[in-house]
Amino acid sequence: MSTSETTVRERLLDALREREQEIADRWVRLQLEQSNPGGDLGEHELREEADLLIAALGAGLASDVPVQRLVASQHELRRTVIELSLRRARAGATPTATSLAVLSLKEALLEAVQHTTRDASELFRAAVLVNRLLDAAGALSFETYVEGREEIIQRQSRQLMELSTPVVRLWHDVLAVPLIGTLDTARTQVVMENLLQAIQDNEAKVAIIDITGVPAVDTAVAQHLMHTVNAVRLMGADCVISGIRPPIAQTIAQLGIDLSTILTRSTLADALAAAVRLTDQSSAPTPYAPAGP
Amino acid sequence: MSLYDEQLTRGAGARGSEAPGASTYEVVTEEDLLTIRHAVRSATVEAGFGLVDQTRIVTAASELARNAYIHGGGGSLTVELVRDGARTGLRLTMRDEGPGIPDLEAALTDGYTTGAGLGHGLGGARRLMHEFAVDSDAGEGTTVVATRWNGR
Repeated sequence: MSTSETTVRERLLDALREREQEIADRWVRLQLEQSNPGGDLGEHELREEADLLIAALGAGLASDVPVQRLVASQHELRRTVIELSLRRARAGATPTATSLAVLSLKEALLEAVQHTTRDASELFRAAVLVNRLLDAAGALSFETYVEGREEIIQRQSRQLMELSTPVVRLWHDVLAVPLIGTLDTARTQVVMENLLQAIQDNEAKVAIIDITGVPAVDTAVAQHLMHTVNAVRLMGADCVISGIRPPIAQTIAQLGIDLSTILTRSTLADALAAAVRLTDQSSAPTPYAPAGP
Repeated sequence: MSLYDEQLTRGAGARGSEAPGASTYEVVTEEDLLTIRHAVRSATVEAGFGLVDQTRIVTAASELARNAYIHGGGGSLTVELVRDGARTGLRLTMRDEGPGIPDLEAALTDGYTTGAGLGHGLGGARRLMHEFAVDSDAGEGTTVVATRWNGR
Protein backbone atom coordinates (compact mmCIF):
# COMPACT_ATOMS: atom_id res chain seq x y z
CA MET A 1 0.00 0.00 0.00
CA SER A 2 1.46 3.38 -0.94
CA THR A 3 2.09 5.92 1.77
CA SER A 4 -0.28 8.46 0.29
CA GLU A 5 -3.06 5.87 0.35
CA THR A 6 -2.27 5.09 3.97
CA THR A 7 -2.47 8.77 4.89
CA VAL A 8 -5.77 9.27 3.11
CA ARG A 9 -7.11 6.12 4.62
CA GLU A 10 -6.19 7.27 8.11
CA ARG A 11 -7.75 10.64 7.39
CA LEU A 12 -10.96 8.95 6.31
CA LEU A 13 -10.96 6.66 9.32
CA ASP A 14 -10.50 9.64 11.66
CA ALA A 15 -13.37 11.48 10.01
CA LEU A 16 -15.49 8.35 10.23
CA ARG A 17 -14.84 7.88 13.93
CA GLU A 18 -15.12 11.54 14.94
CA ARG A 19 -18.27 12.19 12.99
CA GLU A 20 -19.98 8.81 13.14
CA GLN A 21 -23.33 10.24 14.24
CA GLU A 22 -23.20 13.08 11.78
CA ILE A 23 -22.48 10.78 8.81
CA ALA A 24 -25.23 8.36 9.80
CA ASP A 25 -27.75 11.22 10.15
CA ARG A 26 -26.74 12.72 6.84
CA TRP A 27 -26.96 9.36 5.06
CA VAL A 28 -30.43 8.65 6.44
CA ARG A 29 -31.57 12.11 5.33
CA LEU A 30 -30.07 11.60 1.86
CA GLN A 31 -31.93 8.31 1.55
CA LEU A 32 -35.20 9.78 2.71
CA GLU A 33 -34.88 12.43 -0.02
CA GLN A 34 -34.83 9.65 -2.63
CA SER A 35 -38.21 8.27 -3.51
CA ASN A 36 -39.08 5.10 -1.61
CA PRO A 37 -35.47 4.34 -0.72
CA GLY A 38 -35.69 1.22 1.39
CA GLY A 39 -39.12 -0.01 0.38
CA ASP A 40 -41.16 -0.10 3.57
CA LEU A 41 -38.23 0.65 5.87
CA GLY A 42 -38.83 3.54 8.28
CA GLU A 43 -36.40 6.19 9.48
CA HIS A 44 -35.61 4.24 12.62
CA GLU A 45 -34.60 1.12 10.67
CA LEU A 46 -32.58 3.15 8.21
CA ARG A 47 -30.72 4.65 11.13
CA GLU A 48 -29.94 1.24 12.60
CA GLU A 49 -28.64 0.08 9.23
CA ALA A 50 -26.53 3.21 8.90
CA ASP A 51 -24.90 2.65 12.31
CA LEU A 52 -24.10 -0.96 11.44
CA LEU A 53 -22.65 -0.17 8.02
CA ILE A 54 -20.56 2.74 9.27
CA ALA A 55 -19.17 0.61 12.09
CA ALA A 56 -18.33 -2.13 9.57
CA LEU A 57 -16.68 0.40 7.25
CA GLY A 58 -14.60 1.67 10.15
CA ALA A 59 -13.49 -1.85 11.04
CA GLY A 60 -12.67 -2.51 7.39
CA LEU A 61 -10.63 0.65 6.96
CA ALA A 62 -8.70 -0.09 10.15
CA SER A 63 -7.55 -3.43 8.71
CA ASP A 64 -4.74 -3.59 6.15
CA VAL A 65 -6.74 -5.07 3.28
CA PRO A 66 -6.40 -2.92 0.11
CA VAL A 67 -9.44 -0.72 -0.52
CA GLN A 68 -10.34 -2.34 -3.85
CA ARG A 69 -10.82 -5.72 -2.18
CA LEU A 70 -12.15 -4.48 1.14
CA VAL A 71 -15.84 -5.10 0.47
CA ALA A 72 -15.16 -8.45 -1.18
CA SER A 73 -12.82 -9.88 1.41
CA GLN A 74 -13.62 -8.19 4.72
CA HIS A 75 -16.13 -10.56 6.23
CA GLU A 76 -17.98 -8.15 8.53
CA LEU A 77 -18.37 -5.46 5.88
CA ARG A 78 -19.43 -7.90 3.19
CA ARG A 79 -22.05 -9.44 5.45
CA THR A 80 -23.43 -6.03 6.44
CA VAL A 81 -23.83 -4.97 2.80
CA ILE A 82 -25.45 -8.31 1.85
CA GLU A 83 -27.89 -8.18 4.75
CA LEU A 84 -28.80 -4.60 3.97
CA SER A 85 -29.51 -5.47 0.33
CA LEU A 86 -31.52 -8.59 1.18
CA ARG A 87 -33.61 -6.71 3.73
CA ARG A 88 -34.43 -4.07 1.15
CA ALA A 89 -35.17 -6.60 -1.57
CA ARG A 90 -37.69 -8.25 0.76
CA ALA A 91 -39.13 -4.86 1.72
CA GLY A 92 -39.87 -4.31 -1.97
CA ALA A 93 -37.17 -1.78 -2.87
CA THR A 94 -35.96 -1.85 -6.47
CA PRO A 95 -32.32 -2.87 -7.10
CA THR A 96 -31.60 0.61 -8.46
CA ALA A 97 -32.94 2.28 -5.32
CA THR A 98 -30.92 -0.09 -3.15
CA SER A 99 -27.61 0.46 -4.90
CA LEU A 100 -28.25 4.21 -5.16
CA ALA A 101 -28.90 4.26 -1.41
CA VAL A 102 -25.56 2.55 -0.79
CA LEU A 103 -23.83 4.94 -3.19
CA SER A 104 -25.34 8.00 -1.51
CA LEU A 105 -23.23 7.20 1.53
CA LYS A 106 -20.33 8.61 -0.55
CA GLU A 107 -21.74 12.08 -0.24
CA ALA A 108 -22.14 11.83 3.54
CA LEU A 109 -18.60 10.48 3.90
CA LEU A 110 -16.99 13.13 1.70
CA GLU A 111 -18.77 15.92 3.55
CA ALA A 112 -17.28 14.57 6.77
CA VAL A 113 -13.78 14.45 5.23
CA GLN A 114 -14.19 18.05 4.11
CA HIS A 115 -14.40 19.10 7.76
CA THR A 116 -11.01 17.58 8.54
CA THR A 117 -8.98 18.89 5.59
CA ARG A 118 -9.04 21.74 3.07
CA ASP A 119 -6.12 20.46 1.01
CA ALA A 120 -7.38 19.96 -2.53
CA SER A 121 -5.13 17.08 -3.53
CA GLU A 122 -5.84 15.27 -0.27
CA LEU A 123 -9.57 15.74 -0.80
CA PHE A 124 -9.23 14.38 -4.29
CA ARG A 125 -7.41 11.28 -3.08
CA ALA A 126 -10.02 10.82 -0.37
CA ALA A 127 -12.76 11.06 -3.00
CA VAL A 128 -11.05 8.39 -5.13
CA LEU A 129 -10.74 6.14 -2.10
CA VAL A 130 -14.38 6.60 -1.05
CA ASN A 131 -15.46 5.92 -4.63
CA ARG A 132 -13.51 2.70 -4.88
CA LEU A 133 -14.82 1.53 -1.55
CA LEU A 134 -18.48 2.29 -2.09
CA ASP A 135 -18.66 1.40 -5.79
CA ALA A 136 -17.70 -2.10 -4.73
CA ALA A 137 -20.40 -1.99 -2.05
CA GLY A 138 -22.99 -0.76 -4.57
CA ALA A 139 -22.08 -3.51 -7.01
CA LEU A 140 -22.25 -6.15 -4.28
CA SER A 141 -25.64 -4.88 -3.23
CA PHE A 142 -26.94 -5.14 -6.79
CA GLU A 143 -25.49 -8.62 -7.18
CA THR A 144 -27.09 -9.77 -3.93
CA TYR A 145 -30.42 -8.45 -5.05
CA VAL A 146 -30.20 -10.26 -8.40
CA GLU A 147 -29.06 -13.49 -6.76
CA GLY A 148 -31.99 -13.32 -4.36
CA ARG A 149 -34.39 -12.87 -7.24
CA GLU A 150 -32.74 -15.64 -9.26
CA GLU A 151 -33.24 -17.99 -6.35
CA ILE A 152 -36.92 -17.11 -6.09
CA ILE A 153 -37.37 -17.66 -9.84
CA GLN A 154 -35.67 -21.05 -9.76
CA ARG A 155 -37.71 -22.14 -6.77
CA GLN A 156 -40.90 -21.05 -8.48
CA SER A 157 -40.08 -22.86 -11.70
CA ARG A 158 -39.42 -26.05 -9.74
CA GLN A 159 -42.71 -25.61 -7.90
CA LEU A 160 -44.50 -24.90 -11.15
CA MET A 161 -43.12 -28.06 -12.70
CA GLU A 162 -44.46 -30.12 -9.81
CA LEU A 163 -47.76 -28.32 -9.74
CA SER A 164 -48.47 -28.48 -13.42
CA THR A 165 -48.24 -32.25 -13.78
CA PRO A 166 -50.91 -33.71 -11.52
CA VAL A 167 -51.97 -37.30 -12.05
CA VAL A 168 -55.70 -37.72 -11.42
CA ARG A 169 -57.80 -40.85 -11.15
CA LEU A 170 -60.65 -40.51 -13.64
CA TRP A 171 -62.33 -43.88 -13.33
CA HIS A 172 -61.66 -47.31 -11.90
CA ASP A 173 -58.22 -48.29 -13.15
CA VAL A 174 -58.02 -45.16 -15.33
CA LEU A 175 -55.55 -42.34 -14.65
CA ALA A 176 -55.16 -39.06 -16.52
CA VAL A 177 -52.40 -36.46 -16.81
CA PRO A 178 -53.57 -33.14 -18.24
CA LEU A 179 -50.47 -31.52 -19.74
CA ILE A 180 -50.42 -27.76 -19.93
CA GLY A 181 -47.71 -25.67 -21.55
CA THR A 182 -44.53 -26.85 -23.11
CA LEU A 183 -43.15 -30.37 -22.88
CA ASP A 184 -39.38 -30.35 -22.63
CA THR A 185 -36.98 -33.03 -21.43
CA ALA A 186 -37.13 -32.05 -17.76
CA ARG A 187 -40.91 -31.83 -17.77
CA THR A 188 -41.24 -35.20 -19.52
CA GLN A 189 -39.10 -36.75 -16.84
CA VAL A 190 -41.35 -35.38 -14.08
CA VAL A 191 -44.51 -36.44 -15.91
CA MET A 192 -43.15 -39.91 -16.52
CA GLU A 193 -42.04 -40.42 -12.92
CA ASN A 194 -45.33 -39.19 -11.48
CA LEU A 195 -47.39 -41.22 -13.93
CA LEU A 196 -45.49 -44.49 -13.53
CA GLN A 197 -45.59 -44.17 -9.76
CA ALA A 198 -49.33 -43.47 -9.84
CA ILE A 199 -49.91 -46.48 -12.11
CA GLN A 200 -48.18 -48.67 -9.59
CA ASP A 201 -49.95 -47.12 -6.59
CA ASN A 202 -53.43 -47.33 -8.12
CA GLU A 203 -52.85 -50.55 -10.02
CA ALA A 204 -54.21 -48.66 -13.01
CA LYS A 205 -54.75 -50.36 -16.35
CA VAL A 206 -55.05 -47.31 -18.61
CA ALA A 207 -53.30 -43.93 -18.52
CA ILE A 208 -54.64 -40.99 -20.51
CA ILE A 209 -52.22 -38.20 -21.45
CA ASP A 210 -54.22 -35.12 -22.39
CA ILE A 211 -52.34 -32.59 -24.52
CA THR A 212 -55.19 -30.07 -24.98
CA GLY A 213 -53.06 -27.49 -23.17
CA VAL A 214 -49.88 -28.10 -25.19
CA PRO A 215 -49.69 -25.30 -27.77
CA ALA A 216 -47.32 -26.97 -30.26
CA VAL A 217 -46.18 -30.52 -30.84
CA ASP A 218 -42.87 -30.70 -32.65
CA THR A 219 -40.74 -33.79 -33.23
CA ALA A 220 -39.07 -33.48 -29.81
CA VAL A 221 -42.41 -33.29 -27.99
CA ALA A 222 -43.71 -36.23 -30.04
CA GLN A 223 -40.63 -38.22 -29.13
CA HIS A 224 -41.12 -37.44 -25.45
CA LEU A 225 -44.72 -38.59 -25.69
CA MET A 226 -43.67 -41.83 -27.39
CA HIS A 227 -41.10 -42.52 -24.68
CA THR A 228 -43.72 -42.01 -22.01
CA VAL A 229 -46.18 -44.30 -23.80
CA ASN A 230 -43.49 -46.98 -24.11
CA ALA A 231 -42.69 -46.76 -20.41
CA VAL A 232 -46.38 -47.04 -19.49
CA ARG A 233 -46.71 -50.13 -21.69
CA LEU A 234 -43.69 -51.71 -20.07
CA MET A 235 -45.59 -51.52 -16.82
CA GLY A 236 -48.41 -53.50 -18.36
CA ALA A 237 -50.83 -50.60 -18.74
CA ASP A 238 -52.30 -49.07 -21.89
CA CYS A 239 -51.91 -45.45 -22.87
CA VAL A 240 -54.27 -43.10 -24.69
CA ILE A 241 -53.24 -39.64 -25.90
CA SER A 242 -56.12 -37.19 -26.03
CA GLY A 243 -56.67 -33.53 -26.83
CA ILE A 244 -55.23 -33.63 -30.33
CA ARG A 245 -56.72 -30.48 -31.87
CA PRO A 246 -57.11 -30.05 -35.65
CA PRO A 247 -54.05 -27.76 -36.13
CA ILE A 248 -51.89 -30.15 -34.09
CA ALA A 249 -53.16 -33.15 -36.08
CA GLN A 250 -52.31 -31.45 -39.38
CA THR A 251 -48.90 -30.38 -38.17
CA ILE A 252 -47.98 -33.81 -36.82
CA ALA A 253 -49.07 -35.43 -40.10
CA GLN A 254 -47.07 -32.94 -42.15
CA LEU A 255 -44.01 -33.38 -39.99
CA GLY A 256 -44.19 -37.06 -40.89
CA ILE A 257 -44.40 -38.39 -37.35
CA ASP A 258 -46.04 -41.78 -37.16
CA LEU A 259 -48.26 -42.04 -34.09
CA SER A 260 -50.34 -44.88 -35.52
CA THR A 261 -49.05 -47.34 -32.95
CA ILE A 262 -50.49 -45.15 -30.21
CA LEU A 263 -54.17 -44.92 -29.38
CA THR A 264 -55.17 -41.27 -29.85
CA ARG A 265 -58.44 -39.39 -29.39
CA SER A 266 -59.43 -35.80 -30.05
CA THR A 267 -61.13 -35.16 -26.71
CA LEU A 268 -60.67 -36.32 -23.15
CA ALA A 269 -64.26 -37.61 -23.14
CA ASP A 270 -63.55 -39.88 -26.13
CA ALA A 271 -60.36 -41.03 -24.48
CA LEU A 272 -62.20 -41.90 -21.28
CA ALA A 273 -64.77 -43.90 -23.23
CA ALA A 274 -61.96 -45.76 -24.99
CA ALA A 275 -60.18 -46.34 -21.69
CA VAL A 276 -63.29 -47.72 -20.01
CA ARG A 277 -63.76 -50.15 -22.92
CA LEU A 278 -60.15 -51.23 -22.56
CA THR A 279 -60.53 -51.88 -18.84
CA ASP A 280 -63.77 -53.80 -19.45
CA GLN A 281 -61.96 -55.99 -21.93
CA SER A 282 -59.04 -56.63 -19.68
CA SER A 283 -61.19 -57.39 -16.65
CA ALA A 284 -63.67 -59.26 -18.80
CA PRO A 285 -64.33 -62.42 -17.21
CA THR A 286 -62.62 -65.45 -17.59
CA PRO A 287 -65.41 -67.91 -17.60
CA TYR A 288 -63.71 -70.43 -15.40
CA ALA A 289 -62.62 -68.05 -12.66
CA PRO A 290 -64.15 -68.70 -9.31
CA ALA A 291 -66.99 -66.28 -8.60
CA GLY A 292 -66.40 -63.66 -5.97
CA PRO A 293 -68.37 -63.56 -2.74
CA MET B 1 -46.95 2.62 -29.84
CA SER B 2 -44.52 3.07 -32.71
CA LEU B 3 -43.00 0.09 -34.46
CA TYR B 4 -39.64 0.97 -32.95
CA ASP B 5 -40.96 0.90 -29.38
CA GLU B 6 -42.76 -2.30 -30.12
CA GLN B 7 -39.54 -4.00 -31.11
CA LEU B 8 -37.77 -2.73 -28.06
CA THR B 9 -40.39 -4.24 -25.81
CA ARG B 10 -40.89 -7.43 -27.73
CA GLY B 11 -39.09 -9.73 -25.31
CA ALA B 12 -35.81 -10.28 -23.61
CA GLY B 13 -34.26 -12.11 -26.55
CA ALA B 14 -35.10 -9.42 -29.09
CA ARG B 15 -32.26 -7.35 -30.53
CA GLY B 16 -32.17 -4.25 -32.64
CA SER B 17 -33.73 -5.04 -35.97
CA GLU B 18 -32.08 -5.30 -39.35
CA ALA B 19 -35.16 -4.29 -41.27
CA PRO B 20 -38.53 -2.91 -40.24
CA GLY B 21 -40.63 -5.75 -38.88
CA ALA B 22 -37.72 -8.06 -38.15
CA SER B 23 -36.60 -9.26 -34.73
CA THR B 24 -33.73 -11.52 -33.82
CA TYR B 25 -33.71 -14.01 -30.97
CA GLU B 26 -30.71 -15.83 -29.57
CA VAL B 27 -30.77 -19.60 -29.01
CA VAL B 28 -28.35 -20.46 -26.23
CA THR B 29 -30.30 -22.54 -23.72
CA GLU B 30 -33.29 -24.87 -23.95
CA GLU B 31 -35.43 -22.15 -22.34
CA ASP B 32 -34.74 -19.92 -25.34
CA LEU B 33 -36.76 -22.37 -27.45
CA LEU B 34 -39.77 -21.42 -25.33
CA THR B 35 -39.10 -17.71 -25.85
CA ILE B 36 -38.84 -18.33 -29.59
CA ARG B 37 -42.12 -20.27 -29.77
CA HIS B 38 -43.88 -17.44 -27.96
CA ALA B 39 -42.27 -14.76 -30.12
CA VAL B 40 -43.01 -16.59 -33.37
CA ARG B 41 -46.58 -17.28 -32.23
CA SER B 42 -47.22 -13.58 -31.66
CA ALA B 43 -45.53 -12.70 -34.96
CA THR B 44 -47.86 -15.10 -36.82
CA VAL B 45 -50.87 -13.59 -35.07
CA GLU B 46 -49.71 -10.09 -36.06
CA ALA B 47 -49.20 -11.23 -39.64
CA GLY B 48 -52.80 -12.45 -39.69
CA PHE B 49 -52.22 -16.19 -40.09
CA GLY B 50 -55.00 -18.63 -39.20
CA LEU B 51 -54.73 -21.11 -36.35
CA VAL B 52 -53.44 -24.02 -38.44
CA ASP B 53 -50.78 -21.89 -40.12
CA GLN B 54 -49.80 -20.41 -36.77
CA THR B 55 -49.19 -23.90 -35.42
CA ARG B 56 -47.26 -24.90 -38.56
CA ILE B 57 -44.92 -21.92 -38.40
CA VAL B 58 -44.38 -22.19 -34.63
CA THR B 59 -43.60 -25.89 -35.02
CA ALA B 60 -41.19 -25.27 -37.90
CA ALA B 61 -39.44 -22.53 -35.88
CA SER B 62 -39.21 -24.90 -32.94
CA GLU B 63 -37.62 -27.60 -35.12
CA LEU B 64 -35.08 -25.21 -36.65
CA ALA B 65 -34.19 -23.65 -33.31
CA ARG B 66 -33.83 -27.06 -31.68
CA ASN B 67 -31.54 -28.23 -34.49
CA ALA B 68 -29.37 -25.16 -34.01
CA TYR B 69 -29.37 -25.71 -30.26
CA ILE B 70 -28.52 -29.41 -30.38
CA HIS B 71 -26.30 -29.70 -33.46
CA GLY B 72 -25.06 -26.15 -34.03
CA GLY B 73 -24.21 -25.23 -30.45
CA GLY B 74 -26.75 -22.39 -30.48
CA GLY B 75 -27.45 -19.62 -32.95
CA SER B 76 -29.89 -16.87 -33.72
CA LEU B 77 -33.33 -16.78 -35.30
CA THR B 78 -34.56 -13.77 -37.25
CA VAL B 79 -38.29 -13.47 -37.69
CA GLU B 80 -39.48 -11.00 -40.32
CA LEU B 81 -42.63 -10.00 -42.03
CA VAL B 82 -42.21 -10.19 -45.81
CA ARG B 83 -44.32 -8.82 -48.63
CA ASP B 84 -44.55 -9.91 -52.24
CA GLY B 85 -47.08 -7.86 -54.10
CA ALA B 86 -50.37 -8.26 -52.31
CA ARG B 87 -49.49 -11.26 -50.20
CA THR B 88 -47.71 -11.23 -46.87
CA GLY B 89 -45.66 -13.91 -45.26
CA LEU B 90 -43.37 -14.68 -42.40
CA ARG B 91 -39.73 -15.53 -42.95
CA LEU B 92 -37.63 -17.42 -40.44
CA THR B 93 -33.85 -17.25 -40.76
CA MET B 94 -31.95 -19.58 -38.46
CA ARG B 95 -28.18 -19.16 -38.32
CA ASP B 96 -25.67 -21.17 -36.38
CA GLU B 97 -21.92 -21.50 -36.43
CA GLY B 98 -21.80 -25.21 -35.71
CA PRO B 99 -20.07 -27.99 -37.64
CA GLY B 100 -22.46 -27.67 -40.61
CA ILE B 101 -24.41 -30.44 -42.33
CA PRO B 102 -22.07 -32.76 -44.27
CA ASP B 103 -24.81 -34.59 -46.19
CA LEU B 104 -27.76 -32.28 -46.76
CA GLU B 105 -29.69 -34.78 -48.89
CA ALA B 106 -29.60 -37.31 -46.07
CA ALA B 107 -30.44 -34.73 -43.40
CA LEU B 108 -33.64 -33.86 -45.25
CA THR B 109 -34.64 -37.51 -45.48
CA ASP B 110 -37.22 -38.66 -42.96
CA GLY B 111 -35.86 -40.89 -40.26
CA TYR B 112 -32.25 -39.82 -40.77
CA THR B 113 -30.65 -38.58 -37.56
CA THR B 114 -27.16 -38.18 -36.20
CA GLY B 115 -28.44 -37.54 -32.69
CA ALA B 116 -31.09 -39.20 -30.58
CA GLY B 117 -34.06 -37.51 -32.28
CA LEU B 118 -36.70 -38.89 -34.61
CA GLY B 119 -35.05 -37.55 -37.73
CA HIS B 120 -38.13 -35.71 -38.96
CA GLY B 121 -37.13 -32.22 -37.87
CA LEU B 122 -35.53 -30.69 -40.94
CA GLY B 123 -37.63 -32.50 -43.55
CA GLY B 124 -40.75 -31.86 -41.49
CA ALA B 125 -39.97 -28.16 -41.20
CA ARG B 126 -39.53 -28.04 -44.99
CA ARG B 127 -43.01 -29.53 -45.49
CA LEU B 128 -44.51 -27.06 -43.01
CA MET B 129 -43.21 -24.04 -44.92
CA HIS B 130 -43.67 -22.85 -48.52
CA GLU B 131 -40.09 -21.87 -49.24
CA PHE B 132 -37.14 -23.57 -47.67
CA ALA B 133 -33.44 -23.15 -48.32
CA VAL B 134 -30.48 -24.59 -46.45
CA ASP B 135 -27.01 -23.19 -46.85
CA SER B 136 -24.42 -25.29 -45.09
CA ASP B 137 -20.80 -26.23 -45.51
CA ALA B 138 -18.84 -28.51 -43.26
CA GLY B 139 -17.17 -26.35 -40.65
CA GLU B 140 -18.89 -23.17 -41.79
CA GLY B 141 -22.15 -23.36 -39.88
CA THR B 142 -25.66 -23.57 -41.22
CA THR B 143 -28.23 -21.04 -42.36
CA VAL B 144 -31.82 -22.07 -42.98
CA VAL B 145 -34.25 -19.61 -44.55
CA ALA B 146 -37.90 -20.68 -44.47
CA THR B 147 -40.95 -18.69 -45.52
CA ARG B 148 -44.64 -19.33 -45.32
CA TRP B 149 -47.09 -17.14 -47.22
CA ASN B 150 -50.50 -16.23 -45.94
CA GLY B 151 -53.56 -17.34 -47.90
CA ARG B 152 -52.04 -19.63 -50.47
